[in-house]
Amino acid sequence: MSRRRFHPRWFRRRTPIFWWLEKGVYVHFIVRELTSLAVAYAAALLVVQVAVLGAGAEAHARFAALLASPWAVGWHALVLVGLLYHTLTWLHLAPKALVVKLGGHRVPDAAILAGHYLGWLAATALVALVLVRS
Amino acid sequence: MGRPTEPFFWTLFSAGGMLAALVLPAVCFVLWIAAPLGWLATPDRAGWLALLAPPLARLALLALVALSLFHWAHRFRYTLYDGLQLHHLYGLIATVCYGGAATVTLVAAYLLLRLG
Repeated sequence: MSRRRFHPRWFRRRTPIFWWLEKGVYVHFIVRELTSLAVAYAAALLVVQVAVLGAGAEAHARFAALLASPWAVGWHALVLVGLLYHTLTWLHLAPKALVVKLGGHRVPDAAILAGHYLGWLAATALVALVLVRS
Repeated sequence: MGRPTEPFFWTLFSAGGMLAALVLPAVCFVLWIAAPLGWLATPDRAGWLALLAPPLARLALLALVALSLFHWAHRFRYTLYDGLQLHHLYGLIATVCYGGAATVTLVAAYLLLRLG
């Protein structure tokens, strides 16, 4: 928007800051948007792990001990809840965002959703394959 | 609104949202819950270095980090505008969010390059 100096002031009712506490769906919306914080946290922690990895064996061991503290595990359980909320809400948006036509017919939402869940399952298996050692 | 950068950031938001949705819950559970509790064994330091030795593996990790961060930047930015009614801070919030994501991405790229 251009910032003209003598723009007339519109009459607008001010929206209160906590407007989203008025209704359950609004709270749900804000919580969904805030799951992006869990996503950013996970990304940042991965960067920290790379830094620690480069900093030597001692730093790596110290960081592993830090991650094993009950506080850290409890906190990361909370982060996991946020990430799962992100995943579920994201996958359930997919049928609304995606219209797939096959042979002139629209693929039903349930099929698109099922496809995305299969993708999640495959990605999870891939992560386990890469990261879990016997 | 006709902002020419909008589709670009929306694409990053969308790609990051999908990648984060598919990959991050498993990463969080394995690395930060199951491994510290001793439920699962994860690579030791040498294992991690071997895992991140191929350039393609480093690139994949960097992509995961960058797209997740830009997903956050885009979504959090609009949460601040709409949730807290901060429309008057448009430029500042956009700069802090995208700038933050870009900075951490650059740091990650540097650290991954330096990993030897």
